[in-house]
Amino acid sequence: MTSSPTRPRRRTRRRGPVTPYAFLVAPLAFLVVFTYIPVANMFWYSVTSWDGLSPSKEFVGLDNYVEIFTRPELFGVLKVSIYYIGASVVQIVLALYFATILSFNTRLRNLFKGVIFFPYLINGVAIGMIFLFFFQPGGTLDSALGAVGLGGLQQQWLGNPDVVNYSLAGTSIWRYLGLNFVLFLGAIQSIPAHLYEAAELDGAGRWAQFRYIIMPGIRPVVGLSFILAISGSLSVFEIPFIMTGGANESETFVIQTVNMAFKYYKFGLASAMAVVLLVIILLVTWLQRRVAPDEKVTLS
Amino acid sequence: MDMEGGTADMKKPLIGLLATSLALGGLAACGDDGDGSSGSGKIAGEITVLTQRTDIVNTVFQEYKKKFEAKYPGTSVKFEAITDYEGEVRVRMNTKNYGDVLLIPNSVNADQLPSFFEPLGTVDELKDKYRFVRNEQTFDGKVYGLAITGNAQGYVFNKKVWTQAGITEAPKTPEEFLAALKAIKDKTGAIPLYTNYKDGWPLGQWEGARGAISGDPDAAIKLGQDDAPWTAGKEHFVIDSLLYDAVKGGYTEPDPTTTNWEQSKGLLGTGKIATMMLGSWSIVQMQQAASSKDDIGYWPFPYQTDGKFHTVVGGDYKNAININSKNKATARAWIDWFTDESNYATDQGGVSTLKNAAMPSTLADLTAAKTEFIELNPAPKGQEGLPDKIGNAAEIALYDGKYRQGIVDAARGAKKESKDQIFADLNKKWSQARAKLK
Repeated sequence: MTSSPTRPRRRTRRRGPVTPYAFLVAPLAFLVVFTYIPVANMFWYSVTSWDGLSPSKEFVGLDNYVEIFTRPELFGVLKVSIYYIGASVVQIVLALYFATILSFNTRLRNLFKGVIFFPYLINGVAIGMIFLFFFQPGGTLDSALGAVGLGGLQQQWLGNPDVVNYSLAGTSIWRYLGLNFVLFLGAIQSIPAHLYEAAELDGAGRWAQFRYIIMPGIRPVVGLSFILAISGSLSVFEIPFIMTGGANESETFVIQTVNMAFKYYKFGLASAMAVVLLVIILLVTWLQRRVAPDEKVTLS
Repeated sequence: MDMEGGTADMKKPLIGLLATSLALGGLAACGDDGDGSSGSGKIAGEITVLTQRTDIVNTVFQEYKKKFEAKYPGTSVKFEAITDYEGEVRVRMNTKNYGDVLLIPNSVNADQLPSFFEPLGTVDELKDKYRFVRNEQTFDGKVYGLAITGNAQGYVFNKKVWTQAGITEAPKTPEEFLAALKAIKDKTGAIPLYTNYKDGWPLGQWEGARGAISGDPDAAIKLGQDDAPWTAGKEHFVIDSLLYDAVKGGYTEPDPTTTNWEQSKGLLGTGKIATMMLGSWSIVQMQQAASSKDDIGYWPFPYQTDGKFHTVVGGDYKNAININSKNKATARAWIDWFTDESNYATDQGGVSTLKNAAMPSTLADLTAAKTEFIELNPAPKGQEGLPDKIGNAAEIALYDGKYRQGIVDAARGAKKESKDQIFADLNKKWSQARAKLK
């Protein structure tokens, strides 16, 4: 580097006040370039009638927002999110269950940890493809059902409009379970071991330990998971987009936004829809924080 | 620790970091300039050609490159093959860096052509030599692109399966077509008609019958002036009714949501699928997937006007020059060479852009069915691309297939909407969007 070797006592002078900022330059530059500038652009597009190509962007004021709120069918697709909210509750409960079990001395626990976390590492597109084959008529799911004598349950998992959203939400559970699981497991393992010992001496069973030690100990992480789950459910995109393209009543708000921009070339309207979704998510998060405020946990 | 002293020492690395991040930004800015070879109008230097043919860019296109570079020494051609051509190139066109020669994305409106592409000449200059220059990718009497190949419209089918079902002549009406599908269903194990619903775009191919039903070269112009295209007897009513009735009759794949385009080619080739409604570009791909080329046939849309079948011949993607190109002379030479000498269209089984070239053998079935080939007429000034503008404004997007997915859903009972309701709704959206655009 550029340092001159003649200076004495260099090593002891590590922490100038500028140092942290120096390290921040690169990540901040990325954050600004790849997040804040695009978001600012989105706000600008949302007040234009831009088609995504034209060199000129005509300012139309709040017309796009007026259009969104005078077309109730645009919000109709939000009901699809209910399936995913339901799925995320199942997902959090399952993750909590597995995290608790595997935090105790279970046999092969490291293997199971790997198995549960693994799907989260797979690329979303690959998952979409895998489950497309899984749900095909005569595909993996149908064969498996047939093999265990449940052939009567076979049906069009993606073709039946009453089932498609359950299938997609199920895929979503499979994919994101690992993330919740790891968060919970980390939180559980930060609970001091002597608490369990003391509880066991007092005769507390596993359920009591979970109820009075683990649950209160990881409350903030559970709260965070719920916030992430709700905002994730409102903005579901990847799995339904790859697997059905939003066809057959599985269209979500984000898919609708993408179609608006890239099928009908209404970038202005699409940007306004993205802004509206952002506001909805902020609002829901704020409400959640009001209903269940963050409590400081003190375990010792 | 002596904090004060540390400050001075650390400035250099800080500056280093800043410089690095600036340099990163600088690099991105440089990307626009490219190598900037001669702008002097000489045919020399490097050009970049964008193509959608990811499958043959390393084989057939390398031959083209060799031949072109041999004809024009001192030039060098670089290809960029893009999988999601429509989507990606449209976004890229917001910069100046979108190759020297590129295919005009279909979503570019005619009135936007002059902002992005160099005119290749006037319609009058080019119309005697080339097909598809009268009304496609032209604006204000100027031509902005030359088609790489041309297509006719109709449906591709497996001859063995159709013959097995006892049908050896092209059905003349939608009813005959549906009866044929029924015969296929009853007498063979094949899926009579495959929609390729999941991929979406194959359903957009049904739009190719525009003009073929009425046999009217002004069909597109009239569509732009119509307030209710989904009214009994009109083209869109006929097309979408046929789709609806075929699905309703159970002649299509049992679970449309899990279809797969790549697989479907093999299935048609081997006779597990009997029919697909696709442009004539698909014939060669289906032949490649079939055990014998002769198994694949191609017939016109089942509708006759004045006792004759019609098919609309139109250009595929069109080669154009980036208006920001620094090497327009070489870019132009490439387009001329590609259109006049590469023989791409004929090799790919398409209709050549050159007027004096013969119709390809792939269309022999159409000729045998005494189909009249028509080219659509150019729209009057101010109405260029109007039907598609209305379609987008109405959120119907005629060529996309999404709205036809809705028709399939309704026909198979996944959505509680009758055909009349769907058509009334489409008419309403269409007329409202049309009123807004006026």
